[in-house]
Amino acid sequence: MNTRRITRRDALKAFSAGAVVSSLSACATMGQKNIGRVVVVGAGYGGATAAKYLRLWSDGAVDVTLVEPSEAFISCPMSNLVLGGSKVLADVTVSYSGLDKHGVKRVRDTVSAIDVDKKQVRLASGGMLPYDRLVVSPGIEFMYDRLQGWSSAGEATVLHAWKAGPQTVALRKQLTDMKDGGVAVMSFPLAPYRCPPGPYERACQIAWYLKQSKPKSKLIVLDANPDYVSKKPLFSRVFGEDYKGIVEYRVNAPVNEIDLKTGTLVTEIGDRVRADVINLIPPQRAANIARDAGLITANNRWCDVNWTSMESIKVPNVHVLGDATLSAPGMPKSGHMANQHGKAAAAAIIELLNGRAVVPPMMANTCYSFVDDRNAVHVDSVHRWVPEKKTLEPVAGAGGISSQDRASWALEGAYAQSWATTIWADMLS
Amino acid sequence: MKTKRITACAFALPLLAGAAHAQQTADADTRSAALLASNCANCHGTLGNAQGAMPSLAGQSKSYIVEQMRQFRDGKRPATIMHQLAKGYTDQQIELIAEFFSRQKSAR
Repeated sequence: MNTRRITRRDALKAFSAGAVVSSLSACATMGQKNIGRVVVVGAGYGGATAAKYLRLWSDGAVDVTLVEPSEAFISCPMSNLVLGGSKVLADVTVSYSGLDKHGVKRVRDTVSAIDVDKKQVRLASGGMLPYDRLVVSPGIEFMYDRLQGWSSAGEATVLHAWKAGPQTVALRKQLTDMKDGGVAVMSFPLAPYRCPPGPYERACQIAWYLKQSKPKSKLIVLDANPDYVSKKPLFSRVFGEDYKGIVEYRVNAPVNEIDLKTGTLVTEIGDRVRADVINLIPPQRAANIARDAGLITANNRWCDVNWTSMESIKVPNVHVLGDATLSAPGMPKSGHMANQHGKAAAAAIIELLNGRAVVPPMMANTCYSFVDDRNAVHVDSVHRWVPEKKTLEPVAGAGGISSQDRASWALEGAYAQSWATTIWADMLS
Repeated sequence: MKTKRITACAFALPLLAGAAHAQQTADADTRSAALLASNCANCHGTLGNAQGAMPSLAGQSKSYIVEQMRQFRDGKRPATIMHQLAKGYTDQQIELIAEFFSRQKSAR
């Protein structure tokens, strides 16, 4: 009996020692301890960044599944250069496979529903993914219901090209098919919309192409806003100097009607603009999956978040990123910003899964716009947490836009290209 | 000892294994610095390793990074963009960012 007891005690001691050893060796190989499951919906600038940084910053302790229907990432930033003709879609396309080495589990599927009570997402293919924390980086939906005369018949010919992909290529083809002396028109909505300087960059890219190849042609820009939304001193100069006689820029020109038969846009005050090529960018809201999950909280359009953690103010354990959020004051809906959202969410989720307090983030934004094939201008800002207002605000005195010195725009063009390859690596490699 | 070691280890950053033995507050500081420095990663690369024309920050000395940021902020070093961004961070934040990048390994 006595002997048996001692043996048992020894066995317990040995077991205990073994447990310590195996824990420490797991530690030495950078921790295999699992602290929670996170599902990320959408692998754009926000979602892909969150997935990678959740793995990186937790040393693999967070189990991350990334659900995305697309085969590869196609960047909206830089895609206007495809319209100008200095790039092709492959130049702005990046494989998702670089995420594999971080241990991100990639699922090529669409999320059809989110059950926020049971904490699981349903996949279009029928599978279920349970989560402890959910990241929703859904992007935008276009509000064609605000456009009188619109029908699905318009989808093949009246393009937005505001989600980079097949529409970008198709719009480029419409421009190359247009005769010299033709008229192209682009229309974009009141702010807030995805990428504040994007429409002006696009106007420059289309105008640059026309200037090279079809100089008798014209581009009419119908801006719904009362003035340039972004980089006014730069874009107004480029329109006036580089694209004089090609770009016709009109403010206060929201389009709320279309005649698909004649290819005519009708503005709010009744101006009718007929064109050979129509690029119509409708008003936007958070994508349907966010709406269906009850995440939309502002104006039936955007998702309010707690800016320390990116967690929905309404649905617990769900973090919303990117253009779908109700932007903090002075914060643009940009890919760069969505990347910062992804990092803030990743850091916060790791703290929350460990039962620790979340540290408020700093965020920075940089948006480059190409004014032709080589030269670029920027806008930038830094955003800090303001505790008394419980939001992020731009730091006064920081940030700004490019100088008017054109020599620096070529240098900025090189930086803009490097920005693209670096941020793509930051989210996908 | 056992619990502390595992906790510290699981959330130490790669290449910062030394922090595994530090106090809990030091670990929290490390995590804060990593989040703060990730502001720079969009242009200067994950953990400070950039692509193309963008300068890498990984492995630069702390004093060099701090000095450059001060010069950008005070308009003494010409820049296209950094003179605007540098004004967004406090001296203390710049110290934390510089310390973080000085500890990263350069891939170049």
